[in-house]
Amino acid sequence: MNEASDLFSDILYLLDRFGGSYLSGVRNTLILALTATFIGCLIGFLCGVLQTIPCAKTDNPVKRFFLALLRVVIRAYVEIFRGTPMVLQAVFIYYGLPYITGGQVKFNNVWVAALLVVSINTGAYMAESVRGGIISIDPGQTEGAKAIGMTHVQTMTNVILPQAFRNIIPQIGNNFIINIKDTSVMFIISFTEFFAAHRAAVGATYRYFPSAVIEMVGYLCMTLVASFLLRWLERRMDGADNYELVADDQLVMAAGTYNHPDKGTPFDERSKEYREQVKQELNFGRTRGDR
Amino acid sequence: MGEPILQVRHLSKAFGSNLVLKDIDFDVEKGDVISIIGASGSGKSTLLRCINLLETPSSGEILYHGENVLASGVKAPAYRAHVGMVFQSFNLFNNMTVLENCMVGQIKVLKRDREQARQHAMEYLEKVGMAPYIKAKPRQISGGQKQRVAIARAMAMDPEVLLFDEPTSALDPEMVGEVLNVMQALAESGMTMLVVTHEMAFARDVSSHVVYMNQGVICEQGSPEELFAHPQRQETRDFLSRFRKG
Ligand SMILES: Nc1ncnc2c1ncn2[C@@H]1O[C@H](COP(=O)(O)OP(=O)(O)O)[C@@H](O)[C@H]1O
Ligand SMILES: [Mg+2]
Repeated sequence: MNEASDLFSDILYLLDRFGGSYLSGVRNTLILALTATFIGCLIGFLCGVLQTIPCAKTDNPVKRFFLALLRVVIRAYVEIFRGTPMVLQAVFIYYGLPYITGGQVKFNNVWVAALLVVSINTGAYMAESVRGGIISIDPGQTEGAKAIGMTHVQTMTNVILPQAFRNIIPQIGNNFIINIKDTSVMFIISFTEFFAAHRAAVGATYRYFPSAVIEMVGYLCMTLVASFLLRWLERRMDGADNYELVADDQLVMAAGTYNHPDKGTPFDERSKEYREQVKQELNFGRTRGDR
Repeated sequence: MGEPILQVRHLSKAFGSNLVLKDIDFDVEKGDVISIIGASGSGKSTLLRCINLLETPSSGEILYHGENVLASGVKAPAYRAHVGMVFQSFNLFNNMTVLENCMVGQIKVLKRDREQARQHAMEYLEKVGMAPYIKAKPRQISGGQKQRVAIARAMAMDPEVLLFDEPTSALDPEMVGEVLNVMQALAESGMTMLVVTHEMAFARDVSSHVVYMNQGVICEQGSPEELFAHPQRQETRDFLSRFRKG
């Protein structure tokens, strides 16, 4: 019991003394993770869409060359940023860019560097997810869209991407949660996110474990809220499980006498004569051409 | 004589070394209801898909009002907007409601305003008996209902010709009737239609012209009476008799 109350009072002490820096750490972590996930998704969608531009053997050679080049470049980007640790990417970009450009390109603001690194990293993962999301959509959807005269871009924006987006929300959520946690490596370029607050607190007080408890609880809270919001978004996008029938006369439906939606249409199974009659009346407004 | 909307000339299509369509020739005139029958694998779907450029023919011409749509410089999407297609597997947009399915093409392709598109969509949804379901998503309705919506979606684009690729083959038997009813009403209203079907009663009673395809060529064609009552070729007789047996 003693240990527990010691821990409790240590935590209270830390919160009292460093509460502000923990809080601003939480804020910075959330802003960085959220923004970088968003930008990363944009990068991912861009790469995914570019990679799935259809390319037939009959297309002109210039177009085919550029599409092939594009695919190679995107492939290289994905492999490099997925295949190296983010902590090294941060060092590479933050210290490397000024180094090789002789100070021409440098980061005056650590936010810019951190956002750049995390976004590009997320983009590499999302590029693969989006590509998978697009090619997993039933080709019939594309054919349906083409058949009513949509262009490739219209088909993508109206039919394929909305469905691909819905299917990859779980991956977006994964990336967001990973970003909340993994932005902790940004201390390497002195970005003061949530984990940096821990380093500052233990540097001054040596209370490693109590601060670690605060960190664990803090990260868990952030990721739980993120999971919850993503589930909510998924449910919202799926829409209602049921649909309302739209009747001309709402009262009739409410009274329960309207019990079959096909009633009064040619598909009303119960009235064969009525069906015949309506079939006669059905007129699509065209006169039959002579032959 | 009506004016031909589509003229297919010497059309051939090969997938690799597999020659699927060989030198196909025929015309579609305004008001025609042409049924295309034939064993599976004989190239019926490929023919329809070539006609609306979902497949690129290997050689030959497709003339739309006298203009070759295979010529370079012809925009396939603009041409497809005039040639509707109804698929065996419906292909309704899963991310949209029934009503949105029938509106999106009008808004994005024909640039109609929303209200106009909605009214036009409703007109056809009422005709196919799907007006009560406008708020449903495709996954929430039956196969027969999906196909009726697909027909309304195609019709809402005011196409000149409507292509049907086995529209009832994926349906449970009790739903075939409702779709055929809609197609029959369409045919009777003067719509120009090209229908690949295994429903011999439909081909016989509704169409103005029947085409029998066998192994990538048009084996025999003529009026329904000619083809069903007096088939000239042995292949046609064999095909029809197989159908009568079951
Ligand atoms: N995309 C494709 N690639 C290769 N072969 C195909 C393709 N589509 C169809 N085929 C072939 O073309 C032939 C005709 O197919 P299809 O037009 O679907 O026939 P039907 O609709 O009459 O049953 C079949 O032998 C089929 O294997
Ligand atoms: Mg077929």
